Amino acid sequence: MNKTTAILTGLGLLLSGTTAMAKDLHVLNWKGYGADEPFATKAFEEMTGDTVVNDFFNSEQEMLTKLRTNPGLYDVVMINAAFMQQALDEKLVQPIDTAKIANYGDLNEAQAQSKMLNVDGKTYGVPWTWGLTTVAINDKAFDTPPTSIKEMWKDDHKGRVTIRDDAVEAIQLGALATGQSINDVQDIEAVKQSLTELLPNIRTFWSSENDWNQMVASNQIDLGTYWSGSAGRAKTKFNLPVSLVVPEEGAVGWLDSFAIPQGSTNVEGAEKFINYMLSPEFYTEWDKSVGAPVSASQRAVAALPEDSFNRRVMGAPEVAERVQFQEPVTDAQREEYLKVWQGLKVGAN
Amino acid sequence: MATTGTRRQNGLAKALPLLTPAYAWLTLAIFLPLSAMVYFSLLTSMSPSEQSSSLTLANYAAFFSDPLYATLLWRSLQLGLLVTLICVVVGFPAAYVLAKIFKGRAREAIFLLVILPFWSNSLVRVFSWSMVLREGGILDTALNAVLPFEVTFDLMYSFPAVVIGLVHSYLPYMVLTCYLSLQAIDDALIEAARSLGASRFTTLRRVVAPLALPGVLAGSALIFIPVVGSFMEPRILGGRGGTLYGTVIEDQFTAVYNWPLGAALSFILLAVVLAILLVSAPVLRKAA
Repeated sequence: MNKTTAILTGLGLLLSGTTAMAKDLHVLNWKGYGADEPFATKAFEEMTGDTVVNDFFNSEQEMLTKLRTNPGLYDVVMINAAFMQQALDEKLVQPIDTAKIANYGDLNEAQAQSKMLNVDGKTYGVPWTWGLTTVAINDKAFDTPPTSIKEMWKDDHKGRVTIRDDAVEAIQLGALATGQSINDVQDIEAVKQSLTELLPNIRTFWSSENDWNQMVASNQIDLGTYWSGSAGRAKTKFNLPVSLVVPEEGAVGWLDSFAIPQGSTNVEGAEKFINYMLSPEFYTEWDKSVGAPVSASQRAVAALPEDSFNRRVMGAPEVAERVQFQEPVTDAQREEYLKVWQGLKVGAN
Repeated sequence: MATTGTRRQNGLAKALPLLTPAYAWLTLAIFLPLSAMVYFSLLTSMSPSEQSSSLTLANYAAFFSDPLYATLLWRSLQLGLLVTLICVVVGFPAAYVLAKIFKGRAREAIFLLVILPFWSNSLVRVFSWSMVLREGGILDTALNAVLPFEVTFDLMYSFPAVVIGLVHSYLPYMVLTCYLSLQAIDDALIEAARSLGASRFTTLRRVVAPLALPGVLAGSALIFIPVVGSFMEPRILGGRGGTLYGTVIEDQFTAVYNWPLGAALSFILLAVVLAILLVSAPVLRKAA
């Protein structure tokens, strides 16, 4: 027993020793989400000499599990702001010295100060990208784009509306339509009533970007909830008649951030990496070659071509005014929402 | 007595090498995961952050405390019955023709057409239906090209679409099982019935149908059980009416990570299906 422990400790020391010398930088993120682009890895390695080692997760739960089970392995992790609280509660991330990240000053002030990322005066997450879950329309169905979310409830669109079959999104849509905060639904009965009225208009539920685009291409829907990045891609990459609408009632926003896990062996490299991720050089290349969400760095967005979706549509002042950023949803709340949503769907037919 | 006993034991010893691979595989691939699921269904929570996960029956109680689940289960059972019935009505005549009328090359060709759907991925089959059934789809366009008056034909995202998709997926099971039992019927029996003065219908009712019943029942069980738990076809073809027992179970696993409730709902489904099969077994045996 003791021998095994000794060997393992020795191996651990050896490994950490080599890591420190070679300056590996372990990054944990979604696959295909910017940080693992070959051009980015190459540019960063040339710039700093560190070797980037990418690791991926398929769900936020998996991300948290990987942090829990591999303490000290990761140097940078991408965390959705709504999950930061859980990571903090479990002491999985450490405070970040923002003075060491030169591009931190370019961030959108409100996002940088988000109380989801800053606790007790310490910064745990650096905003990276954001986007919206809002309404998109089929241009063929409208002469002038609607301004209210209530458009989805109108009889003119009977059987020509789509929303995602996701309980949290559905409840939040109901909350917006009834003038409530998406993060603090007080009157769930009003939400239920509102969704019951919406359901007869629904043609079907979409589950992937492809579903939505197909339905527009075959002119089966007039409008529906959609993700901002997907709506941008539908228009620019697939040439579909799709426009994003940010209704006056508001829109649901999500914010992705970078954090440094507790026990990271290469904090300096992590700061450099986060700094690079916020740089205009990285962001413009990412948006051009793959298509990116909106960067939290205002300087990076300003470096995009003037007519680009992320600058023209997402940069409009009313977007910033109307967005409500999604805060953590507890498991119990999620289960409760699912039950409400299933009940509504069953009651509707 | 004693000799038969030894012989039987010898037989078992000889059979063991033949049986072991299949049963070992079943144990590994079905029994173990299923046992794990039984365990999950009794847990209060799967969340790794809550270490205080304890055993409970609350997940099973949830089924009875909320009429939502019973309503959905009832709806899924009705769907299963309907799909099975359509499969019998459509599949039995086809199997009869295959077994008793066609011979040689023609039979092979027709058989191939029956099995053909099995060669494509089930998801692809379901998606291809969405192209056929929607407004402006293949069926709509074809009907309007033939018919003198204008019709809008839009079955997509409706209950009939789910039934159509499921019948398409499961019909081959019915044709195959009916074919096997029909083929085993000696033609001489049918000839004898005819020569003794029975009409075609009487022959079918008194001779062919009772002998083919085991095949029909096997096919029905093969179809009914998966259809009751189906979730992919309802989700893709059913639109907002596609919420069924199977989709609710799927949601528990994929949307809220509530494995315990999902597992409990699955076992309730299993119990209900087994109960139905048990209750119907004596009745059907008497009929046969």
